[in-house]
Formats: sequence, C-alpha cells, structure tokens
Amino acid sequence: MSGYIPISREKRAELLESVGLKLENLFDVIPDEIKIKDVNFSGLNAKGLSEQEIIAQLTNLAERNQRVDQYDSYLGAGFYDHYSPAVIDHIINRQEFLTSYTPYQAEMSQGTLQAIFEWQSYICRLTGLDVSNSSIYDGASAAAEALLLVCRQTKKSKVWISEGLNPEYLATIKTYFHAAGLEVEVGALNEYGTAAGTYPAGDDYAGYLIQSPNFFGIVEDMRELVKKAEQNQALSVVSCDLISLAMFKSPGEVGVDIACGEAQPLGIPLNFGGPAVGFLAAKQKLMRKMPGRIAGQTTDTEGKIAYVLTLQAREQHIRREKATSNICTNQALLATAATIYLALNGSAGLKEVAEQSAAKAIYLHGKLIQTGLFEAVYDKPFFREFAVKLKHGGSLDLLNKKLLEHRIIGGLALSDEIWLLAVTEKKSKKAMDDFVALVSNLIRDENVLGD
Amino acid sequence: MKHQTNLIFDLPQTGENKNRILQKCDVIKPNFPEFYGEDLLRQEDLDIPNLSEIQVLRHYTNLSAKNYGVENGPYPLGSCTMKYNPKVNENMANLPGFKNTHPLQPVETVQGNLTLLYNLEQQLNAILGMDHFTFQPSAGAHGELTGIMMIKAFHEANGNLERTVMLIPDSAHGTNPASAAMAEFEIREIKSNASGLVDVEDLKQKIDDKVAGIMLTNPNTLGLFEKDVKEITGLVHAAGGLCYYDGANANAILMQTRPGDMGFDVVHLNVHKTFGTPHGGGGPGAGPVGIKKILEPFLPKPVVKKIDNANQPKYVLDYDRPQSIGKVRAFTGSFSVYIKTYAYILAYGKQGLAEVSEAAVANARYLLERVRDSYHVPYQEPAMHEFIITAAWQKEKYGVITTDIAKRLIDYGYHPPTVYFPLIVQEAMMVEPTDTETLEGLEGLADAFNSIAEEAAENPDLLKNAPHDMPITRPDETKAARNPILKA
Repeated sequence: MSGYIPISREKRAELLESVGLKLENLFDVIPDEIKIKDVNFSGLNAKGLSEQEIIAQLTNLAERNQRVDQYDSYLGAGFYDHYSPAVIDHIINRQEFLTSYTPYQAEMSQGTLQAIFEWQSYICRLTGLDVSNSSIYDGASAAAEALLLVCRQTKKSKVWISEGLNPEYLATIKTYFHAAGLEVEVGALNEYGTAAGTYPAGDDYAGYLIQSPNFFGIVEDMRELVKKAEQNQALSVVSCDLISLAMFKSPGEVGVDIACGEAQPLGIPLNFGGPAVGFLAAKQKLMRKMPGRIAGQTTDTEGKIAYVLTLQAREQHIRREKATSNICTNQALLATAATIYLALNGSAGLKEVAEQSAAKAIYLHGKLIQTGLFEAVYDKPFFREFAVKLKHGGSLDLLNKKLLEHRIIGGLALSDEIWLLAVTEKKSKKAMDDFVALVSNLIRDENVLGD
Repeated sequence: MKHQTNLIFDLPQTGENKNRILQKCDVIKPNFPEFYGEDLLRQEDLDIPNLSEIQVLRHYTNLSAKNYGVENGPYPLGSCTMKYNPKVNENMANLPGFKNTHPLQPVETVQGNLTLLYNLEQQLNAILGMDHFTFQPSAGAHGELTGIMMIKAFHEANGNLERTVMLIPDSAHGTNPASAAMAEFEIREIKSNASGLVDVEDLKQKIDDKVAGIMLTNPNTLGLFEKDVKEITGLVHAAGGLCYYDGANANAILMQTRPGDMGFDVVHLNVHKTFGTPHGGGGPGAGPVGIKKILEPFLPKPVVKKIDNANQPKYVLDYDRPQSIGKVRAFTGSFSVYIKTYAYILAYGKQGLAEVSEAAVANARYLLERVRDSYHVPYQEPAMHEFIITAAWQKEKYGVITTDIAKRLIDYGYHPPTVYFPLIVQEAMMVEPTDTETLEGLEGLADAFNSIAEEAAENPDLLKNAPHDMPITRPDETKAARNPILKA
C-alpha cells in the first residue's frame, strides 16, 4: 500500500470480490483514448518518498530562504510581523478544529460554529458595526466583495476608490469589477497623503472606499467619507487594520457603512503571504446582501442555545447564479486563530500592541529624518508604517541590496527614492538604532546610492 | 462535553491584564493625543474582555471537543473528500524558514519558496495534463471565478464580445453558476439524462455562437464518469467555446486519466480535497488553476518563472504580463497550504497517486454494494469515488427523510454524508468514503447505514429525534434566519 492508504491492494481486491466486483475493472468506464498510458511525467516523482526523505527535501528548501526572524525586516505593506502568542498554535492544531469541514451538521460542529460566532462578535466590537460574516479569503478579496455588495445594494455600477488603498487590493478590485462589467474610478491623494477633499461629487457612485491607516500608514479621518457618501446616496467603505482600532475611532463609530480588511496582523504567520484571512462587517441594513457564510445563535428542540449557519438563502448552494457571491469556503481556522489572539490580548493587550507599534514607528521615522538623508513624504500622522524620501536622490534598490549583506531586509522601495517602512511591537530600539546608523553609514561613507 | 460552553464574552474578568505576552516598550511613547489629534483617537477602550491564559485555553479546548474531525472517524461527506491530513505536512508548513518569510521580500531571499512553487507547478501540470498553473485562488470557488475570468479575457482578446453564455449541467455544484454569474455570464443549463450523465442531445441543441464555454465536473456530482467527455469538449470547441473542468472530484481520476487529455482548457483543483490539506472547519483551502497554453497570457500576476542566467536569481516573480486578468487576491497565494500539497504529492509519486484514486473508487464501490439493498439507488452507472443513495423508500413507507437518517448516523459516531445534493435527486445522500478510510471504518459505516434502514421500519421516531447524545439536539434553523442573532 502507498502513502497513507490503510488497505493493501490485496485486501482491496478481496473486498471487491466479496461484493462481485473486480479491482482491474474499476476504471473500465473511462474510455481507452483518454486513459493514461505513456506520458512524459517530468517533474513528478515516479515513486513515493518516505517521511524522512520528505522532511529532508522540504527542510532543504526552507533553509534556502532568508527569514524575518533571522534578518531585521522593515517590510509591511499589507502583511505585518506581530507577535503570535504560543497558545494559538496549540489550539488550532487540535484536529477537531484542523481537520473538520464547513459545519453543515450543526450537532457535531458546535465548536466551529461557536468559534465563528465569537469571531463575528469580536469583528463587530472592533469595527463598531452590526453584522460580520465568517471571514473571506483575504483583505483584497474582502474589499472587492465589499464593493460588489455596495453595487448590489445601490443598484449603481461605479465605485470610487482613494489611491491610498493597497495597490494589491486595488488590482484585485479591478479584476473583479472588470469581469462583472462594473466601473472603478481611482482618486489621487491630496498633498498631505490623505483622501480629504478628493472625493468626487455625483449621484452615480455606488460607493466610496478609503483605507485607514492608508497604504502610506497615514490615519484617515473618515468623517468626510461618510458625509460624501450620504450626500450622494452612496455607501461608505473603509478597508481598515484591526490592531489600529485599539487606538483609533472605529468605522462604525464614525458612521461608515462597511468595514473590511486583512486580519493577518492578529497573530497569523507571514507564510510568504498566505493563507490570509479577510473580514467584512456592515450595518444591519446590509445583512441580507452580505457575501459568505454567517453563523447565528438559535435554540435546539430542548431550548438549549445552539449555533448554526444561517441566512443561507443568500448563498450559492441554494441560490446558484442568483447568490450574493460564489463564496463557499471561508478561512475558518485562521479566523479562529485571530479570535484566540484577541481573547488572549484583550482590550488592554491589543492597545499595548497598537501603542508600541505606533511609538516605534514614530521613533524610527524621527531617527531617519534626523540623519538629514531623508525627508517625510507626507506631513500627516501615521500608525506603524510610513514613507520617507531620499533627499539627494539615488537608488533605494542599491541600498536595499547592500542592507541584505548586513542581514537586513529594508523597506519596500516604491520608487527609486521613496521607501515604505513598517515596524511592529516586536522591533527593538537597538535594532532600529543600528539600522539607522548603518543606513547613514552606507549612504554617507560608502556612497552605495551611486551618483 | 454536553454542558453548554459560555460565550467568551461572558467569562468573568478576574485580574488586571498585566500584559504577560509582550516585552516592555523600550522607546518612549509619545503623547498620542498631541501626535494624532483628539478627533482620530478612540475615546473609550475596546469592549473586549481581558482574560487569563488558562481561561482562553479551556474555552477553546472545550469548544474543540464539540467538533468531529477526520481523526475521530469516518467523514463520508460527498464532494468534500475528507481524507486523512498527514501530520508531517503540518510540521513542514510550520518550518520557520517558510513561515517567517514576508510576501514582498526580494526574490533572491525566497528562492526556497519559489523553487517549491515552481516544482509544484510541474507536478500539477503532469497530474492534470495542463501547461501552467496559477496559485493565487484561495479556494475552489475562487479558482472557478479565476478560470472563468480567463475564459472571458480570452474571448475579449479575440474580439468575441458576443460570447456571453456559459453552459452548466443541472447537476453542477452551486458554485459553478454563481462563479459564472460573477463574471456576467448568462447561465444555460444542460439537462442530465436518465443515466445521470450530461444529455449530449440537449447540449447540441443549446450550443450556438454565443457560447463562451462549458463548466463540467468529471466524475460528476452523482459520482458518475462522463464517458462522452471527449465528444462534449469537442462539440464546445467546435462551436468556439472553451472547456472548464471543476476539479472537486479529481480524487477519482488521479493518474487514471487527465482533464487535459479529456479536452479541458482550464482546471481548478481543491488541494484540501484531492491532496489532503486540512479543511480547517471551512478553510483555508486553496484552489490552484491550471490552463492550456492558449490561456497563458491571461494568467493572474505574478507568475513564478525559472531563469537560466548565472547572474540572476534562478526563480523570479514575473509581473510584466500586459494581458493578465490582474490579481484575484493579494500576493502569490496560500503558500503554506501549497507546502502541504507538495509534501503530499512527494509522498505518493505517480504510482502512489494511481493507488489513491483506485482506493477511493474501490472504497465507494464496496460501500455502495454493502448498502444497496437498504436504500434506493437512483443511478445504475458504475460509481466512481462517491455514490448517491436516497431515503425515497423510507420516506414513502415510514415517513423518514434523509435528514433523519443523517442525524441518526451521528448517534452511531459517524459524520453524515452530504445531504440534499445534487438538487436533481430527491432525498439525496452523497457518500464519499475516500481513499484513506480504514476497513473498520467502511464496515462500520455499512453496518450503520443498514441498521438505520431497519430502525426506520421498526422505530421511525428513533430517527426523527436523532441525534440523542450530542451537545445539542436539532437546532431551530428557521428561528435563526427569521430572528438573526449574529453577534454577542
């Protein structure tokens, strides 16, 4: 028997014979012309490998990477390296959470259902909104689904998006909207790097979307967004960061209709970008138009509290082409991980994570400006990420390459001269001091930027 | 574990949260109200509880005990392929060298990741008979949408804007029409014939020059192999359409036949079904999409490329793709799920994968024969990896419906099959034991199905009141939808 198959071929043949079937006839129904015969299987091992061989091969691949726990990294731009408490892995690796599926049979899935219900509750408490779904693939697809929801609700076909949105998200929305025959209009940021004063008027917009903190880390004031949307019979959408909500006003508090985003910062490993876990929350009036699974509380035949998947009349397995979305799978396990992160940290812990991240970003920004080599790109307060610009030109790619030799993964070069840097509570003052000293040294003394 | 687990929000907060988890902040916190201005800042703390570690652990450990997983016992949920999820694959995905890499790192620092994705693409090409794969889609339905978008882009690039119709059999997964509708296609439903296969005559009548393509699952959702598949894909191609293979049931055909050889231009896989990555209570899965060369320009970006130039990194991410449909999510995809996929394929190899499909089909065929006398079997074509039985006899004679049988199976300690799907079969139960079911699991399931059929005759109330020994009895779903309580 191969791999993890528990019944040998001999036993299999015997079982089949006991009910009048033959092993060699199992695939007779497949026409000969499409049966696999002599094919070139380059790239596929002929025989299976042992567990030891698999470990050797994959460990070798893993060791070919340079990693953020061994290098000093300043990358963010949508995925952030926050500390993940040890408890999380212990719980989500329990097979009852790990190996089960979508809770179709409520009686034997109360664990997953209650965990999803609690996720929804946490998301509502953080975003200040009424209804959350059970999660979506990632922050980018959540933004796309949010805007599709906006178009369904308003029956209009054009949305406006501030350029402060993560470009990966914008690209995703454009892909979804092109396929759906809907229109996307992108508005440039103002000179301060925010959306203030940039919202277009007109009653043909289904919705307006901004990100806060935006791609450049700047915390947006959402009040103008809400006002503009109300004036134009449109809906307001904010792609937001859940950790930042421990410090800043929530979208719901300001009156925003929909909040969406990426919950990876809540203790989910970087994993080279995935899997991720998107969230989507909205005002009550949008409940029956939400995409994706939703868990609800009810009672059983004896009156005990029970949890079920609910409002399924929205979904593809019932409504087929008339469904609110094609979504079937959500990201339940990661939503549970994020929920455990929130439970472990509580309001006090989450606030500390947010404040430390902000304090360290502000510290690093100040130090870089002090070198006289950089200037702020925008003069507005940021959260844990910011953009700086080389004062005297040069190539950040060259600087980043040189930093790698010193075991540092520098910020994201948005152009030759603009550098986007992120830090979290994990970053130490010493690491930042050393980093700034090295950067200064490389530019001043070693002239790595070239002329 | 029958007692109720309080909501986490109802647990008593008995201590100050001293923040045991984080180290002390080693920079001076600035005056935040001054830095940000009062208008932006939250005035009150978040309304989420501060709990101790043991409270949180007990809470979720107790919740987990109210779940049933593949390691508890048989999980014959049809179309979901609930096979064993190898433990070593979890260890591999958790290697710090993979786990601690950021998606925007320079390519020269993630050569291990890119090598893995490149190798996995070669493996999948070989297994499915395709030319390229994209790893971006995060789930099966997401893969469907991505594939359909590429079909749309292909027709647009050829100036065939009038191709607005997607052909979909009436037995298809609900995601198929839902995905096609998201890309603005008009759905034209193809009938199934009395044998449960695509009615080729109906297909012929419904093909015209507005057809953009067809979405087909093979074996189909009745667990039957569409043996006319070459004729079907030929007809659609001849009319100028493209053919989409829904890979939900690919476990049945691994290394026996390939969608590429059946004539399909686009394929999605559910690696959480076919390649044993865990389902996680509903995700994360992954839905890589394979395509033939003609669709290569439209692949989402970036694409992993190998370069044979000594001065450059060997593997790179290619973003320079002017005809690409764009992106369907951020970054390159659910990487850690693909580590598990890769490890799974390595563990089997070509020969082993052929045995996977053989075991999957053999187990289903054996189980079907073992329960055939107890239940109505609507289709007589040979079953592949899953089969449909119904509660038609029990309903007519004893007023027992599929739900009752499913719930009674829970009393026997088994997860029920998929119920009431496909929609074209009344009182359907779709049973998929998978390749990793044990002998005792198969026999136990068969015995349970058969004895439940007897109970239906002798004591139908036993079924109607099932399950009897779970944390809850049957929940009131109507109440849940009518008066939604969706948060605490």
